[in-house]
Amino acid sequence: MGSVSDAMLLAAESGPHLPSVSDFLPPEILFEGTPFAINRIILVRLVATVIMLTVLIITARRAKVIPGRWQAAVEWLLDYIRDNIIYQVMGPIRGRRYVPMITTIFMTVFIFNLCGIIPGMNIAATASVVMPLAFALWVFVQYWRAGIKEHGLGGFLKEELLPAGVPWPIYIILTPVQLLELVLIRPISLTVRLFANMVAGHLLVATCYAFTQFYLIESAGAAVKVGGALWLCGGLVFTCFEMFVAALQAYVFAILATVYINQSYPEAE
Amino acid sequence: MDIITLAEVAGNISLIGYGIAALGPGLGIGIVVGKALESTARQPEVAGRLQTLMLIGAAMIELLGLLGFVAFMLAM
Repeated sequence: MGSVSDAMLLAAESGPHLPSVSDFLPPEILFEGTPFAINRIILVRLVATVIMLTVLIITARRAKVIPGRWQAAVEWLLDYIRDNIIYQVMGPIRGRRYVPMITTIFMTVFIFNLCGIIPGMNIAATASVVMPLAFALWVFVQYWRAGIKEHGLGGFLKEELLPAGVPWPIYIILTPVQLLELVLIRPISLTVRLFANMVAGHLLVATCYAFTQFYLIESAGAAVKVGGALWLCGGLVFTCFEMFVAALQAYVFAILATVYINQSYPEAE
Repeated sequence: MDIITLAEVAGNISLIGYGIAALGPGLGIGIVVGKALESTARQPEVAGRLQTLMLIGAAMIELLGLLGFVAFMLAM
C-alpha cells in the first residue's frame, strides 16, 4: 500500500513499483546509530501502542453501569477473550491468572496487525520478526514457569519428555522430538506464523495496489484500464481479507499461547 | 534470445517449489475443516469446542505452508 504514493513519485520509472522484502527492513529515521534507532515499523508500533492505550484508558475511565455502544463493543471483545479463549481451554479456576496476559497479547497483536491496512501506516507492526518473537518468548517463559511450579523442574521434564504409558523403545525417538518441541518448535512456530502471515498479507495488498496504480493511472488504453480496475477490486478484497486475517491471527496466537500454558499443568485424571 | 530457442524460462525454478509448498497444507486444511463440519453436523451441541480445536489444528497446518514462504524470504 505504501508503494502507491511512492509510485506517484517514481512515475518516470517503467513498470509498476512492486513491493519487495526491503519494505520490511526500512532505513532508520530517528536516533540513527544508537541502540534506540527507530525505523518506520518501530514508529508504527509506537503510534499504535499509544493510540490503543489512550483509547482503552479513556474507555475504562468513562465506564458506566449502563454501557454505551462503544463500551459495550469493548466489553464484548474482552468478554470474548476471557470466556471463549481462556476459560474454554483452561477453565475459570486455572485460567483466571492468565486473563491479563492473554488479553494483552490478543489486543496488541490485533491492533498491530490492523496497522497493515490503515492508510498512512500501511505496514503491520508485527511484520518484523522481533515483535512476534517477543510475544512468543513471553509465552515460552510462562509455560515453563507454570510447569516448574506445578511439578518442579525434574517432574516437568519427566512429564513432558518421558510421558507415561509408552513402551520404552519409543522413548528413543519420542524424547528428542518432545524436547525440540518444548524448547524450539513452540516459540518459533508462534513467531513464524504471525510474522509470515503479516509479511505475505502486506506483499499481496501492496502488489494489487501497485498494479492498480500502474494500469489505471500511468498506462493508456481502455483494455488496460479495465485490467487496472480489476486489480483495484482485488486490492479491496484483499484489504478486507487482511482485516479478517488480523483478527484470526490474534485469535490463533492467543489460543495457542493458552493451550501451551495449559499443557504444562497436570491433567486431572 | 536466439532464433533456435523456441521457449525460454525466465526466473528461478524454485518459485515452482514455493507454489507446491502450498499444496500439502491446502489438502490438510481441507480435511480439517471438512471433518469439523461433519462432526458439527453430527453433534451440533459441541460446535463451539469443535471450532476451537479446528482452528488450533488449522494453525498448525498453516505453519507448514508458511515455511515455503519463509524459504522464499530467506532466498531473497
